[in-house]
Amino acid sequence: MTRHYSALSLLREGLKGHTGWAPLWRSPAPKDTYDVVIVGGGGHGLATAYYLAKNHGVTNVAVIEKGWLGGGNTGRNTTVIRSNYFYPESTALYDLSVRLYEGLSRDINYNVMFSQRGMMVLAHSDAEMEMAARTVNAMQLGGADAELLGAKEVQKKAPVLNFRNDARYPIHGAIFQGRGGTGRHDAVAWGYARAADRLGIDIIQNCEVTGFLIEGGVCKGVETTQGLIRAGSVGVATAGHSSVLAKMGGYKLPLHSYALQAFVTEAIKPFMDTVAFSPMTGSYFSQSDKGGLVIGGGLDRVPSYGQRGNMPMQETVLAGIIDMAPALAKVKLLRHWAGIVDVSPDSSPLIGPSGTEGIYINCGWGTGGFKAIPAGGYLFAHLLANGAHHDISRPFDPGRFNTGHLIDEAAGSGIAH
Amino acid sequence: MQQFPCPFCGLRDEREFHFAGEAGKTRPDTTKEISDADWTAYLYYCTNAKGPSREIWVHTTCQEYFAMTRDTVSMEVLSTEALNEDAA
Repeated sequence: MTRHYSALSLLREGLKGHTGWAPLWRSPAPKDTYDVVIVGGGGHGLATAYYLAKNHGVTNVAVIEKGWLGGGNTGRNTTVIRSNYFYPESTALYDLSVRLYEGLSRDINYNVMFSQRGMMVLAHSDAEMEMAARTVNAMQLGGADAELLGAKEVQKKAPVLNFRNDARYPIHGAIFQGRGGTGRHDAVAWGYARAADRLGIDIIQNCEVTGFLIEGGVCKGVETTQGLIRAGSVGVATAGHSSVLAKMGGYKLPLHSYALQAFVTEAIKPFMDTVAFSPMTGSYFSQSDKGGLVIGGGLDRVPSYGQRGNMPMQETVLAGIIDMAPALAKVKLLRHWAGIVDVSPDSSPLIGPSGTEGIYINCGWGTGGFKAIPAGGYLFAHLLANGAHHDISRPFDPGRFNTGHLIDEAAGSGIAH
Repeated sequence: MQQFPCPFCGLRDEREFHFAGEAGKTRPDTTKEISDADWTAYLYYCTNAKGPSREIWVHTTCQEYFAMTRDTVSMEVLSTEALNEDAA
């Protein structure tokens, strides 16, 4: 059975009619006991399992997923990868993620198609240009790459944008991060799953966690639809539904869940080879490798768990896209969807102990969970293996809401949280 | 668009409404000593229920706050009522 991908294995399998490829991961029945059980088989959960095995030698691990891999938020986003944040703590976190993404395909021997086509955050007035310069400075000080582009430079990179003199939001310039770009979201989930499986991690799909086994105030495992599974410690990485798990586990979280919508158009000829985001219109888009334009916007106005699109936000986002690139007015939408994201009061994630001993949380990524998958997994694995924070995750401990050390990225990240 | 029932104005477009918070949160008495944990719980922590949820909303057009029970999965409005029964 061929399990490693290379030019040679592709040639060999090609000559054999592709009959020898092994499944990417096993589907084992759960064991009675694991050192670590991770609830949630999305990008963060799978990455956590992989780094637990690779960086910390912890391989007696199960990832429990209620549905199928790639069926949750990992398959419901706009695949943008970037680290254009304002605060040093955020830049450290998200730039770790970009750096891990840069080496990921080689690391896990699976092509995640990270395409560093760059991302532009447009500025539409002189005042916004001043704020853009401030963000560029902050990013550079934090060690991330950033450039301030003038209107002419933006036009050179993306001539399809609206440069008419009578534009409602005239383009004055942009923050440009050249290392940013897009990845293949399913490949990130499948690649991490395959890599974790090869290191001995059990991935258990179609298995829903229905409760926590709490003995003497300490979590000793999880109750699932496939029976009781005991665990040394439990990591919960269930984006969107973290509050539902918190209720079962006897801890509380400072989170609201919202639907976040995205859209994809019919495939068209090459239109734009970067990611363009306009904070003023609250919309952004990029072109996928297949030719469809992948369109995203801000959060819904109303908390909900309904994983589907709705009209008010659809109008806002699509009106914004047509304002940014009027040529798209006649392009047809292929489909649109929504994922449920959990948003914290300072729009920064929560990584740390849950409040119930034995349960650790990785949640609250809001609109930006996909780009953070490698860093989220890397840091959460460190926390689960050592019971203590990595320096980069420490500022994101939920204790910050008690001490007041908030990392208020609602404005700093430039995206509508 | 979905329509939400304002207890004062009747069915109106969902875009006229604003979610204000979960119902039943009581502001701690700030004339007394409050622990950081209590203040944090009041400011930030919430139930974020999946399914029926009792919430405070404001109808921005008439500026009245009211209670709404809503299913957060289906978005179905189960009931709305004025916060002060006499006001209705």
